[in-house]
Amino acid sequence: MVRAMEQYLRSEIPSTPFCPGCGHGILLGLVLRSIHALGIDMREMLFVSGIGCASWIPSPHFNADTLHTTHGRAIAFATGAKLYNPKLRVMVISGDGDLSSIGGNHLIHAARRDIDLKVICANNMIYGMTGGQVAATTPLGSTTSTTPLGNPDRPFDLCKLVQAAGGRFVARHSVTQPLALMESIKKSLSFEGFSFIEVLSPCATQYGSKNLLESAPKIMEWLMENCIPREEAEGLSPEELEEKIITGEWGYVETGTG
Amino acid sequence: MGWRRIKAPLPPGRYYFSGNEAVAEGAIAAGCRFYGGYPITPSSETMERMAHRLGQIGGVFVQMEDELSSIAAVIGASWAGAKAMTATSGPGLSLMMENIGYAAFTETPCIIVDIQRAGPATGQATRVGSGDIMQAKWGSHGDYQIIALSPWSVQEMYDGTIRAFNFAERYRVPTFVLGDEAVGHLRETLEIKPWVRVFDRKKSRGRPPFDSKNPRQIPPMPTFGEGENLLVTGSTHDGHGIRRTDDPKVHSRLVRRLNDKILLNQQDIVDTEEFFIEDAVVTVLCYGFTARSTLTAVKELRERGHKVGFMRLKTLWPFPHERVGQLSQGVEKIFVPEMNRGQVAGEAMKSSRCEVVSFCQTNGEIIRPEVIRQEVMRVL
Repeated sequence: MVRAMEQYLRSEIPSTPFCPGCGHGILLGLVLRSIHALGIDMREMLFVSGIGCASWIPSPHFNADTLHTTHGRAIAFATGAKLYNPKLRVMVISGDGDLSSIGGNHLIHAARRDIDLKVICANNMIYGMTGGQVAATTPLGSTTSTTPLGNPDRPFDLCKLVQAAGGRFVARHSVTQPLALMESIKKSLSFEGFSFIEVLSPCATQYGSKNLLESAPKIMEWLMENCIPREEAEGLSPEELEEKIITGEWGYVETGTG
Repeated sequence: MGWRRIKAPLPPGRYYFSGNEAVAEGAIAAGCRFYGGYPITPSSETMERMAHRLGQIGGVFVQMEDELSSIAAVIGASWAGAKAMTATSGPGLSLMMENIGYAAFTETPCIIVDIQRAGPATGQATRVGSGDIMQAKWGSHGDYQIIALSPWSVQEMYDGTIRAFNFAERYRVPTFVLGDEAVGHLRETLEIKPWVRVFDRKKSRGRPPFDSKNPRQIPPMPTFGEGENLLVTGSTHDGHGIRRTDDPKVHSRLVRRLNDKILLNQQDIVDTEEFFIEDAVVTVLCYGFTARSTLTAVKELRERGHKVGFMRLKTLWPFPHERVGQLSQGVEKIFVPEMNRGQVAGEAMKSSRCEVVSFCQTNGEIIRPEVIRQEVMRVL
């Protein structure tokens, strides 16, 4: 399987730039495995990303057309490419800061337009590349380099945000739930319309180190403990659900398309 | 690929159009099939006409959520193969600046029509100004080149837009049509000729899309979906688009080439129009709508026996330093009337060997011919 995936990677790029314990490498592999499983020709794919660690998942690693854009604008660039050439299967892979903070306006408007983009948001709950500043997705109370006394603000629920804006297919998984995540990526690749997958991807370097989760195994364990599939969450009390992250799929899923 | 001659989409003949409408017709004639924009006074008529016209001919029109996304969508569409444009005015141009720098750095052909209004800030949204000349050139961070045209008539809004698309495709560079409110809302006769010369970007499979041995030559531009595995990035990159952000040689080579590819080809780009230059003692250097008032003023001054010349900048960027330098050797003064605080006068001083007199009017009104006549008389 590992050798079979090599065809999707640029041979001239020797390694990824991700830190030890980063979840982005897992996500990178799962996106490619999903494409492989569906037998999609990479020549049909266009990968668009913004700025930040997650934007380096497709660019320069993927052996396909990639467009590495300015901070926050990946969805807007992707919109232009998709509208002009609807035959392209356009996937946006970027981070939580890029897609939901500086680029939040484009996210909600693309969902409203229901344009056929497959948006994957690698959510590490912090600005990783710039040194661990608070993000719109940082949990309440978390310590970051710009919230030394704890984050005073509530985070976005990105799936609810995109659904409220009109997104018909949204999903949330952690990289510690690889099979469920891969299923959702495959569904999004076959879905006609705007789809959004929030992927919880740990940042041991910037988030973990400031929040008592400094080692890669610790932050992975924290995700495994706290991410609960929505079916399991249904039987739990509000107290039990406090600080839990509910994962799964929401919204209408078309079948037999793509 | 390269130059070809096509039939004009509109039947040849005389039309009565506004400048903003003529821009849309010029764009369609040049082959523009993608428009992404956001409404703003005083440029919206171009967008409305493009919505209508692209619908008729099977192009793509999208009204985006803001100007940042408008230019982003234009760049995305350009890499998907489209001749693509947006139109805006001062505040919208300010918002587009980061991505215009991205387009310059990624060598993306695109057209930005800026119908200048009286700034700064919201300023006088419905009134004329020409305060974006420096922003068009220097508005995004870092060192890069753009091309900017300065139309003075409805005819030039049409012809100039075609020209702008040809420059953008040929040199792979963001190209501006720097109009102003007065020329955008001016209505006059437009003559549509039967044929249009258009340039289509060159392709060459496998050749590096971001480098060329000769800096005058423009690398080929593949399109998404052609199996070229394109790597387009706003980070420092080598000829194949691979990120090389810590290599001083790669960055130096790239930045120099992006500047050289325009500056070394400026003989093909720069365009001026001159009257009464031969024996002139004072020459008026002008552009945009102000050139219309200037021509009237200069003709009146000539009728009264004053040796006054007229030089109009049809292109503002790259700036025609060589021509202005030559001109300055034959006159005592260069007089520059502008609807800003001396942006072109300041630039002209870099290459002039004579005194440059700047006349500035920033009240949201056009500079009237009699004002130019009186002001020139004071320096004669």
